[in-house]
Amino acid sequence: MWLEGWFDQAFGARWNPMYYLGGLGFFYFWIVAVSGLYVYAFFDTGLTEAYTSVEEMTHSQWYLGGVMRSLHRYASDALVIMMALHMTREFAFDHYRGPRFFSWITGVPMVWLVIAAGVTGYWLVWDTLAQYVAIVSAEWLDWLPIFGEPIARNFMKQGSLDDRFFTLLIFLHIAVPLILLLVMWIHLQRVAYARWKPARGLAVGTLAMLIALSFIAPAVSHAPADLDRVPQQLNLDWYYLFAYPLIENWGAGTVWMIAFAITFVLMLLPWLPPRRKLPAAVVDLANCNGCTRCSEDCPFGAIAMMPRTDGLPFDRQAVVDENVCVSCGICVGACPTAMPFRRRSELIPGIDLPGLTAAELRDKIHAASTKMTGTARVLMIGCEHGIKSKKLASENRIGVDLPCAGMLPPSYIDYILSKGLADGVAVVGCRGGECQYRLGPEWSEDRFEGRRDPYLRDRVPRDRLLRLWMAPIEWQCAVNDLDAFQNTLTCRDAGPDQDSHPAETDGVQS
Amino acid sequence: MNAAFRYAFQICIYVGFALLLGYFSQAPTYRPIPEGAAQVKLSFAHGGKPIGGCRDRTEAELQALAANMRKPQLCSRERVAVTIVFELDGVTVFEDALAPSGLRGDGPSQMYQKFTVPAGSHEVTLRLRNTTRTEGWDYQAHRVVELDAGQILAIDFDPSAGGFIISSPGSEG
Repeated sequence: MWLEGWFDQAFGARWNPMYYLGGLGFFYFWIVAVSGLYVYAFFDTGLTEAYTSVEEMTHSQWYLGGVMRSLHRYASDALVIMMALHMTREFAFDHYRGPRFFSWITGVPMVWLVIAAGVTGYWLVWDTLAQYVAIVSAEWLDWLPIFGEPIARNFMKQGSLDDRFFTLLIFLHIAVPLILLLVMWIHLQRVAYARWKPARGLAVGTLAMLIALSFIAPAVSHAPADLDRVPQQLNLDWYYLFAYPLIENWGAGTVWMIAFAITFVLMLLPWLPPRRKLPAAVVDLANCNGCTRCSEDCPFGAIAMMPRTDGLPFDRQAVVDENVCVSCGICVGACPTAMPFRRRSELIPGIDLPGLTAAELRDKIHAASTKMTGTARVLMIGCEHGIKSKKLASENRIGVDLPCAGMLPPSYIDYILSKGLADGVAVVGCRGGECQYRLGPEWSEDRFEGRRDPYLRDRVPRDRLLRLWMAPIEWQCAVNDLDAFQNTLTCRDAGPDQDSHPAETDGVQS
Repeated sequence: MNAAFRYAFQICIYVGFALLLGYFSQAPTYRPIPEGAAQVKLSFAHGGKPIGGCRDRTEAELQALAANMRKPQLCSRERVAVTIVFELDGVTVFEDALAPSGLRGDGPSQMYQKFTVPAGSHEVTLRLRNTTRTEGWDYQAHRVVELDAGQILAIDFDPSAGGFIISSPGSEG
């Protein structure tokens, strides 16, 4: 978190690479694909032609072919780094369990596919590195009792291979990334509004870095392969070939066992132990007018709009997929019927969270309000995954924590201020890219700024609303910001020109 | 954080990332075998003789078969394990009875082994048994080879080529 905080300072939240690790991975994949297509145009699939064609391209057109080859190499390496960071971050932030298991377990085979795609690429150059990689790969595969004759026998001596070997390799080197692309697509199927591409500035910066690196340290070949000799010294690409020395030193069987064990544990991880399943959001058809806002705002695509079944004069109704719903409550924040001003009818919105209903939230706010004393009373709406509001509380500052700050319908802020339940409201949510449910802070900001339905009404005095999007480790900063906010409120309320809240009315502005 | 510091920090991050990429993309170097060493590869895929032996089919048996199935001999499917001994400079470095492959044990026996040896002159002795006999050897070879550092001596076996095939130049013992 502190690292992401530093990156926030340097890049700003919009360009923070830590929030785009998956998107950067996708971006590097496309760089690899485009540079690979260029390199392929000059590649000859022959025993001697493979090496000479790569050498020709690298040296005679170093300014383009050479750079493309280097981009192909470095973007592939960057993809491995991004993949490792992405997995580590999702694990560290507990983004791999519960309904998110799908993205996790579809990500695990991608590790194998990325490594396989990279390794087959190294074979193609047919230099001494390719020879080493080919032989050790064959020896590793031969440990599996599924091949007839040992594959490694194909590399026994110079002259054992023919040109068809490279035709097979090219096929593999194209087929594996295509399968990878398919799995990448599947990987995102349960993620709405996936950040599959980085912010433009970040994309430009990282591409410029790769191009500069390609000019400064271009990728070059080793000596041509010679199956009659053992390569003496190799410059391994450790991102892809880290396991090769292990295969030689520990044995193929040991490395297979380790690889299987790691894969097995990674696949089981979402259930070791499983996330506590919270009750999914429920739709109350009597209050649902099929407006689609909940469906559009759900970060995991758990809400579908289906034809009406209750005879009310609306085209559609919201239907929640319980297996996909993460119980974040962002749908409640999006529902225009989650309206605390109701007096005549019970507060039951079109969609609600059984773990913390809209009515219970209103009751909690009332209860919290009565506990505050003094002036400049601030009611904090916090997030269970962010800074705990207890940590920020004082006699005139108390909080109510939600599963996600994005669960707060903007009308509640209007309600708190117009009812005089507090002198100010502080929404204390997670830092943008660190939201447990991905989109809470983004949607909240959009609602407050009038960019996304339901809007925060114009009549709500903005200087009585504080928005803090911070990581839990930044709680001391939050305390300082809250103190400053309360000082401002004190000055305002002591001055002659105090705010007078408009009379309360039902309904939200849209 | 002011703008200049921010940009400087960004450049540092990009440079750091580039250094990480550029370095581990080709370093540290790795040496597959120790300096001054050579390698011997011993590998073959060869089916031993049928374990139950063969007998000639009678004329009546042959006539009972379809024309394209009339093999003159009837052999049991299962093959004997192929026993191989590899001696280097008088020391046995590999010895095994390689079971036939296949669910019914009717496939070839296979092996692939690499041995790292010091460069220089070596005496190579190979013995192989592919029949039901328990004493003696069906194939033997002995050769003195001179190996440079990094050179690979490939040893294969093919009965149709006379037995062991030793790829490196040397002298017949």
